[in-house]
Amino acid sequence: MLAYAVKRIGLGLLILVLVMVAMYAAVFLVPGDPATVALGPRATPELKRLLIERMGLDQPVWWQIVEFFRNALTGNLGYDVWSNRPVSTLVLEALPNTLVLGLTALAVALLIGVPLGCLSVMRRGTAADAAIGVLSVGVIAVPSFVVAIYSLLLFAVTLRWLPAIGAGEAGDFLSQARALVMPAAAIALGWIGYIARMVRASMMEVMGEPHIRTARSFGLPEWKIVSKYALRIAIIPTISLVAVGLGSILSSAVFVEAVFARPGIGKLITDAVSTRNYPVVMGTVLVMTAIYVSITIAADLLIARLDPRVRDVFRG
Amino acid sequence: MSGTLAASGLSVRYETPHGSVHALRHVDIEAHPGEVIGIVGESGCGKSTLVTALANLLPANARIDGAIRYNGVDLAKLDAHRQRLLRGDEIALVGQDPMTAFNPVLTIGDQLVDFQHHRKDLSRTLKRARIAAMLARVGIADAERRMRSYPHELSGGMRQRVAIAAALLTDPGLLIADEPTTALDVTMEAQIIHLLRELRREYNGIVIVVSHHLGVIAELCDRVYVMYAGEVVEGGEVDAIFHDPRHPYTQALLACDPARFHDRLDRLPTIPGSLPSLIQPPPGCVYAPRCGKAFAPCKTIAPPLVKLTACHAARCYVATP
Amino acid sequence: MSSVAEAAPSTPDRQRLVLLRALLADPFTRVALLLVAGFLVTAIFAPWLAPYSPLKIDVLHKLQPPSAAHWFGTDHLGRDLLSRVIYGARTALTIAMVSVAIAGAIGLLLGLVAGYGPRWLDAILVLSFDSMNSLPMIMFALAVITVLGAGTGTLIIVIAATSFPSYARLIRAQTLALKNSDYILAERLLDASAARIIFIHLLPNVVGPLIILLSMDIPVVIMVEAGLSFLGLGVRPPTPSWGSILYDGYTSIRSAPFMVIFGGLPLVLATLGFTFLGEGLRDYLDPRLQLRRPA
Repeated sequence: MLAYAVKRIGLGLLILVLVMVAMYAAVFLVPGDPATVALGPRATPELKRLLIERMGLDQPVWWQIVEFFRNALTGNLGYDVWSNRPVSTLVLEALPNTLVLGLTALAVALLIGVPLGCLSVMRRGTAADAAIGVLSVGVIAVPSFVVAIYSLLLFAVTLRWLPAIGAGEAGDFLSQARALVMPAAAIALGWIGYIARMVRASMMEVMGEPHIRTARSFGLPEWKIVSKYALRIAIIPTISLVAVGLGSILSSAVFVEAVFARPGIGKLITDAVSTRNYPVVMGTVLVMTAIYVSITIAADLLIARLDPRVRDVFRG
Repeated sequence: MSGTLAASGLSVRYETPHGSVHALRHVDIEAHPGEVIGIVGESGCGKSTLVTALANLLPANARIDGAIRYNGVDLAKLDAHRQRLLRGDEIALVGQDPMTAFNPVLTIGDQLVDFQHHRKDLSRTLKRARIAAMLARVGIADAERRMRSYPHELSGGMRQRVAIAAALLTDPGLLIADEPTTALDVTMEAQIIHLLRELRREYNGIVIVVSHHLGVIAELCDRVYVMYAGEVVEGGEVDAIFHDPRHPYTQALLACDPARFHDRLDRLPTIPGSLPSLIQPPPGCVYAPRCGKAFAPCKTIAPPLVKLTACHAARCYVATP
Repeated sequence: MSSVAEAAPSTPDRQRLVLLRALLADPFTRVALLLVAGFLVTAIFAPWLAPYSPLKIDVLHKLQPPSAAHWFGTDHLGRDLLSRVIYGARTALTIAMVSVAIAGAIGLLLGLVAGYGPRWLDAILVLSFDSMNSLPMIMFALAVITVLGAGTGTLIIVIAATSFPSYARLIRAQTLALKNSDYILAERLLDASAARIIFIHLLPNVVGPLIILLSMDIPVVIMVEAGLSFLGLGVRPPTPSWGSILYDGYTSIRSAPFMVIFGGLPLVLATLGFTFLGEGLRDYLDPRLQLRRPA
């Protein structure tokens, strides 16, 4: 188990390093230096020189890369020349909003999607099962940012029930919760369908196994067989897919944050990409990749814990 | 609580895309409290369908005709909810393969507590105490620790003991053991048979043991039903069946049992031919196509059940009292 | 099983006919097929179908609600929204098909190399596919756009680069399974060349599942194109794209709500159509293939 964890974490770190090196390499392979790109053609040479110095662009590339990682290890992700603030501060300010959004959406999707999947299995072959199936595919297909725009139009602009933009007043829980409703729902909708389908598919496989027949032969009620005996096994592949999916949830967050002008990672990085603000883009990519990779590793380890058979394979 | 079990004219067919499979046809069996009934036959003869029907666990595509009277109630006519209430309370099943019979991600104790769900009068602590006592009874040492184990941490023989304990915990009037030793090796098999023999002295419900293994049946049962191609071809007391088989199929089956050979043979005997199609069963006797003693009417008119003694009967023209 | 095999058609033509009939049997797939066909026709015949030029600016008639002259109304520059939506279909489908085709070709090549090539190369390739799969795709995409700048070309590169690893993995798995099958082993014993084995035996057998996977990814790509164009990081203005129409509508959502409604509707219908068609194909051809993830 420990050896496995060490191997997974080592691979994760390797991926992080490779990504950042690749990004640096890409920046220097593309014609035009980042300072000119960032400042535009009309910038004075003095300003450009100043920027080059502050961004460390006068150093050799390999030195910049080493420097970047050395700083990153101490929590220093570089300096944003535009806002005159450290990138780490910008990221740390934006990150909670995105994490709250992503985790809320995921929690909502699980709370609705898992029971829907179970219901589908209990009513398999009926009209309810078919309806859940078709609706699931339907909500998976609709892009989350279109759901966001339509709900913005309906609930904020027309009905005025919910705030249109922002993440709510700082320190005011109710206002933050109200600002969270639409973005979280827009992201969760597709995931409800996906989780319901996943749970149904893996549960149907489990329902054919002999131990389910044993539970039946002891007259256990169907709901208990589905929710305890089948779900405990069926949830294992679902968890790993959901963990991998957290990456897609963060992707959806980029678009949805743009629609609701929610000050999160998505908004930070899209603004930085439009102005080609390299330090901010790199810092954000590094942090998000690190989070994403650690979630994936955590999910793998969680699965190893959940399934006693896998657990023993690693132990022995 | 225990009562008499009687299946009469029981037929089961499975509706499949290729046609109806007549897995069981006009089966009559009877069992009284305290009796151990054996059901024997080769693979595909319908023994599993029969016990599945008795345990009300037939799949959705199965159609059932006839009656299964237990304690005066026709199980075949009960709705799904009433059937479920009987399972794990009046009727318990010990499955074929102990390796896959238990949920792999729940502990043994957890599952056995759940299996006593009909006993609303018992607290969880009491249920666990009953489990510990029963596990000790079926010969599992260190029962408390085993209750906290996951199924894969137990050997096959131990799991089968747990399965038997689980069935006995529900104190059923009807205990069905479907091939209880088939998946085990020879030493384990002997131990499980020994355990079942011990238990039958203390238990006064009905036990039905299904096996293709004649030795298991001979060791455990009072009476035996021999099945072939979905029909009961012969039934009677163990001694009568094993020493005075009257149906040509039973005779052939016994002749093929390697345990009965005293000398080493160059060639093991087999029954020539193969099982008839269950989609279109033969019009006459099901065994006629393979029977050495078959004559004209055998192929066209199904023979009646011939009563040979008070409790020995065979479905054959050749058999006479 | 034997009766199933007997019933199966032998010629490719009849196979296609049977596939079509099976797809048409499901009402949702039928509607999906209709939608997809509609969008394809719209994209191909856009110049004939659009009542105006999608680029013609008429500021005097900006933000006009739907009317007989402008069925979908006009945008903030007075351009005819219906014409922009019609040309938007062309943009969406072109980018989707081209990038998916490129990604499919790369995936096919690398998958075959990994599956059929030497062990060490396979190990390296699998490690790199896994590494790419363990990256948050959107972050990768945004990083590439930062470096290359927004535009149609960048969009195609980004989509192809992010989606080929999963195709390569599929092809590799299929190739490995086939490589060890009896008939390929027999061919190898007969000293057949690697090219013969790959082109005659492997390729025809691995292409089927790949095509299902590609068809299931088309709606995702349509969504990514629209999403990035919505953020101003995709197709560059004034090229009409459903995403940029949505952005234009979003900025005037209070004064001209019809813009987001008409801008979003084709996007929703297209993703629904392609998704249900992909599902239908998958259910019929290979139900064990993984389910589509939400976008």
